[in-house]
Amino acid sequence: MPRKKGRVSQEVNAGSMADIAFLLLIFFLVTTTIASDKGILNILPPKQDPNQPPPEIDLNERNIFKILINANDQLLVEDEYLDNTDGLAEDVKSFILNFGAPDEEAIGLYNSLPQSLKSQVNRSPNSSDHPMSGGAVVSIKTNRGTSYEKYLEVLDQVKKAYFDIYAERVGLTTDQYRTITGKNAAEKELLDRGKEGIPMAISIAEPDKIGGN
Amino acid sequence: MSKFKKKNKVSENIPTSALPDIIFMLLFFFMVTTVLREQDLLVEQRLPQATQLQKLEKKSLISYLFVGKPKNPSLYGTEPRIQANDVLINTKDILLWVNQEKDKLSEAERDQITISMKADREVKMGPISDIQFELREADARKLMYASTGKVQD
Repeated sequence: MPRKKGRVSQEVNAGSMADIAFLLLIFFLVTTTIASDKGILNILPPKQDPNQPPPEIDLNERNIFKILINANDQLLVEDEYLDNTDGLAEDVKSFILNFGAPDEEAIGLYNSLPQSLKSQVNRSPNSSDHPMSGGAVVSIKTNRGTSYEKYLEVLDQVKKAYFDIYAERVGLTTDQYRTITGKNAAEKELLDRGKEGIPMAISIAEPDKIGGN
Repeated sequence: MSKFKKKNKVSENIPTSALPDIIFMLLFFFMVTTVLREQDLLVEQRLPQATQLQKLEKKSLISYLFVGKPKNPSLYGTEPRIQANDVLINTKDILLWVNQEKDKLSEAERDQITISMKADREVKMGPISDIQFELREADARKLMYASTGKVQD
């Protein structure tokens, strides 16, 4: 067999491959905006019929946790002045889990709670009756001049209170509970078990016309 | 001196043949995560921060509304405006826009439409509540206040 003597190397020169890849990498680094489809979910109440007045709901004063935010971003929580939201989540949590005057169903709910939540029940007669529907409601009212940022900060704290309760019921941390989206049956069951009997009752009132336009 | 001469000298070159592979890996990561901005923002966007963020399962159900001060105040003024798709709209047009967005979805998914409201943190509650009122009218009741994560302490 004849053999070539001066055989040319058949390898492709790959030395500049890294440079090309770098160039592409830099392009994507610059153009990228990592999608941020995260946020605070809120379910709006259904449309109001102009012919019918809004339904009268009788709730005792003690069953409503009132949060007012004025146009200067100051807070009035349960008729007390606050200038920051630290500790608001804790207050809301103890309000929801008060069980001041539980009916039979609510007693059943109470018995199903884990020990760590039961120990937070105060049973104060001046706070909410029970966390089930018809019981505790958190009401947020703003002015038209309130900043969106402050409103969201307060809503965030109220949500935190609820998520803390849900997560503690199923034995997860709050962060773990929030990241489950219910995409399979096991996750959905977990989600439902956390929420069961304790609806997220956050009422967002129509803002009044102070400080806005 | 020759006493201390090493006999088999170790090659001092770092092998760089795997470098392109590493770079490619990074490249693919960014290619996959990247979303090329399909629309120009006409309003300022500095999303507020929050801790209790949730993610939505189905991206196809989300429609975006941008709220903020116009970037071009000589043309659009300084009051916060609403941007849907590529244009600035008035509060009254939201109803129409929601219905258009709903038409893009299949019949079964129409009532699950989620509006992701990307509002600037400087916006006041007045315009926000007007938008919420219109969304209620349009029966698009799932609303997401888009926000970025805050480091918890």
